[in-house]
Amino acid sequence: MAERTIGLSVTRFRPGEDRQPVSQTFTIPYHDDWVVLDALQYIKDRHDGSLSFRWSCHMGVCGSCGMMVNGVPKLTCAAFLRDYFPNEVRVEPLANFPVIRDLVVDIDDFMHKLAEVKPYIIRDDLETAPVGFGHEFRQAPEEVDDYRQFSMCINCMLCYSACPVYGMEPRFLGPAAIALAHRYNMDSRDQGRNERMPVIGSSEGIWECTYIGECSVVCPKNVDPASAIQRTKLATTNDWFRSILMPWGKR
Amino acid sequence: MDVAQHDLLIVGGGLAGIRAAIAAAQEGVSVGIISKVYPMRSHTVSAEGGAAAVVRADLGDSTDLHAFDTVKGSDFIADQDVVEYLVNEAPKEVIQMEHWGCPWSREPDGTVSVRAFGGMSINRTVFAADKTGFHMLHTIFQHSLRFDRIVRYDEHFVTKLLVDDGACRGVVAFDLRTGEFRAFSAKATILATGGCGRLWAFTTNGFINTGDGLALAYRAGAPISDMEFPQYHPTGLPGTGILITEAARGEGGYLLNKGGDRFLSQYVPTRMELGPRDIISRSMITEFEEGRGVPGRYGDYMLLDLRHLGEERINSKLPFVRELAENYVGIDPVREPIPVRPVVHYMMGGVRTNIDGATSLPGLYACGESAQVGLNGANRLGSNSLTECLVFGARTGKIAAQRARETPDGALHALEAQAADDDRATKKRFFEDDTGTERIGLVRGDLQQVMENYVGVFRTGEGLSAARQEIRQLQERFRRVRLDDKSSVFNTELMGALELENMLELAESVVVPALLREESRGSQARRDFPNRDDQRFLGHSLISRTPDGPRVEWQEAVITKWEPEERKY
Ligand SMILES: Cc1cc2nc3c(=O)[nH]c(=O)nc-3n(C[C@H](O)[C@H](O)[C@H](O)COP(=O)(O)OP(=O)(O)OC[C@H]3O[C@@H](n4cnc5c(N)ncnc54)[C@H](O)[C@@H]3O)c2cc1C
Ligand code: SF4
Ligand code: FES
Repeated sequence: MAERTIGLSVTRFRPGEDRQPVSQTFTIPYHDDWVVLDALQYIKDRHDGSLSFRWSCHMGVCGSCGMMVNGVPKLTCAAFLRDYFPNEVRVEPLANFPVIRDLVVDIDDFMHKLAEVKPYIIRDDLETAPVGFGHEFRQAPEEVDDYRQFSMCINCMLCYSACPVYGMEPRFLGPAAIALAHRYNMDSRDQGRNERMPVIGSSEGIWECTYIGECSVVCPKNVDPASAIQRTKLATTNDWFRSILMPWGKR
Repeated sequence: MDVAQHDLLIVGGGLAGIRAAIAAAQEGVSVGIISKVYPMRSHTVSAEGGAAAVVRADLGDSTDLHAFDTVKGSDFIADQDVVEYLVNEAPKEVIQMEHWGCPWSREPDGTVSVRAFGGMSINRTVFAADKTGFHMLHTIFQHSLRFDRIVRYDEHFVTKLLVDDGACRGVVAFDLRTGEFRAFSAKATILATGGCGRLWAFTTNGFINTGDGLALAYRAGAPISDMEFPQYHPTGLPGTGILITEAARGEGGYLLNKGGDRFLSQYVPTRMELGPRDIISRSMITEFEEGRGVPGRYGDYMLLDLRHLGEERINSKLPFVRELAENYVGIDPVREPIPVRPVVHYMMGGVRTNIDGATSLPGLYACGESAQVGLNGANRLGSNSLTECLVFGARTGKIAAQRARETPDGALHALEAQAADDDRATKKRFFEDDTGTERIGLVRGDLQQVMENYVGVFRTGEGLSAARQEIRQLQERFRRVRLDDKSSVFNTELMGALELENMLELAESVVVPALLREESRGSQARRDFPNRDDQRFLGHSLISRTPDGPRVEWQEAVITKWEPEERKY
């Protein structure tokens, strides 16, 4: 039996060489259990070692391998060729990000925004609280449920790529950063909400987000950043009213 | 070329590296973390099952019991002083992670939950559903963002350790984004570069687990150790090697052979599915050889049956297992058993350190999976390594910081010159010489196949000798490799070539001690030497690099309390 094949049209951009991105088509053997990432690795190993992309875990948890697959942001280690076969698959770098090279995008902006929202537990006794057997900050399972979903973010950037607001207003903190801020705000162990809210409330773009929810649709980990944004907006509005009546205080 | 200067450099942004960085920052020194991927992409992220610590002494657990389980699991070559230190510190570290925000799974009263794990005689594995490593890594990475003293160099690849005047003085690394080589000077350097499971074709390890740190130390003259002991995990998905966590058995899952029998009753009757990994993996291969495996596209497999746990338990305790099985093999574990087979998972070996994480090269330290501090011996117990990353990450970070504080600034020009040399030599080898014909992807594939064929669950002297020959030939082929990519921006092919060079070096360092260790112990099962030999081999291999290949010496294991006995479960 003749080997079945599939075509991949891949965006190439070599700084210093290409003025703009060009697309290049490769035809490779088709395997029904291969993901798009396997196909890219096959091309790199056999056809063109200069094709550049990021990947590591191959199990949908490290967040490295996000790309546009037929125009939709996807983890390429979880996008199966069989869902596209026999048609050609179009692979492009994640939309809304500057391209460093080929399928590799620049996520510095997110890394800065992540740090800005203070994604860590803030409380007075953090340095002094004893550790060891019996010293956990107790938290009932229901209290874990309050933030669990928002702690599932793998920083894959698919949501930024799908977000129309981020596309127009790059200063927007964006879905994942807000979801992570919300994750810590909702954590019963945390006292840092008042340090985070000004960063989020004053952020460009949050008021332009109109619950389109594209971010939640593409999110591979069901983080539902859209709901985090809406809840944060509500809280920010409340805080704003409160701030007129009284200065920032402990919650 | 400007030189980046820090008191302490840490190579690796996984759990061990970041834990070390925080401990060092708390000592007041300036810390640089260099990582070839963004820290949250490090392979710690894929750990599923949990971290062991005696945090529920109220349930009858004790540090002595944890220590004994670990020593017995190691087949009696763990260094017992190191084990005792780990079990005593583990509860503090695990609760420290809780204070930093880790979403550990909880009991109704708000205390942290513990689950059963292989080789642990009581429930003591703390977990965050079945995404423990993911939550630990993101929690600690995010926590590290509060320290101004920690500076990160993300997506920088370390190519060399800088050694001057008999001490490690930093590293050379290139920035993937620009391709620029640079010297990083430091008064102490910690390797926390993770494992090398990618030496094998069928592995749970990510693409980045190429053992770079081990090769860096080995080349710089610091011995590596116990490389003959890679761990085979019993339950990988056929084809991809994606891990189905041992927690699936910890929660009560069964392993069945073709006939539907819980075959482990023949091999580990008292522990059954919760026996140690080395013994279970061997039992599975034996069953395959005797025709009791289920034949499949990627060889024989066994069935991991979770159906009796019920949908609710699977969803609350093992949601990721369900997601992975559904996505990658099209099986819903609520309704059907999952196909699994033994898969390379973890490297017990690493850069030899003492209990402080110090290697034999002054100024150079190691921790986490890239270190061989003496905890794991011939077989690591599942859920001990996340704990190891915390406990020895913290200790090594603190001690290396203290050394850094006491060490005067060194001269920079010698380091700068070494970095410039490395830059020139690398470019000459891979960019200027264009006569080669070999592709790195193919040499890598062949290496992984050799390891798969000869350095598996069962080994023979003959097979290992053949492996050594073939690895030598592959090293020869590597000299003729030609890169398609000669550009500077994000050249992943150059990085791949340097990683492959490391892998080829390490492959030999696995095979040689495996050949010389003429016994079966823990994860090394020699068909030609089926028994354990405490007379000759109750200890560690110490492997040094010579022009003719690896040289092996033997070092006795440290015994404090527990004399070796027959290992039966
Ligand atoms: C699928 C899976 C599941 C597991 N589950 C468990 C579990 O449930 N419990 C448990 O205890 N253990 C588990 N383990 C083992 C455990 O996760 C690892 O041993 C541990 O996370 C290793 O952490 P580390 O910090 O040492 O290294 P890693 O997390 O692997 O980090 C290595 C770091 O080094 C950097 N690096 C490497 N080379 C270079 C270079 N040349 N230049 C610059 N940077 C470099 C990388 O960028 C990375 O940041 C599991 C392992 C796997 C693969
Ligand atoms: S919120 Fe979802 S889509 Fe966005 S970065 Fe996190 S995991 Fe990815
Ligand atoms: S490679 Fe890690 S998420 Fe795809």
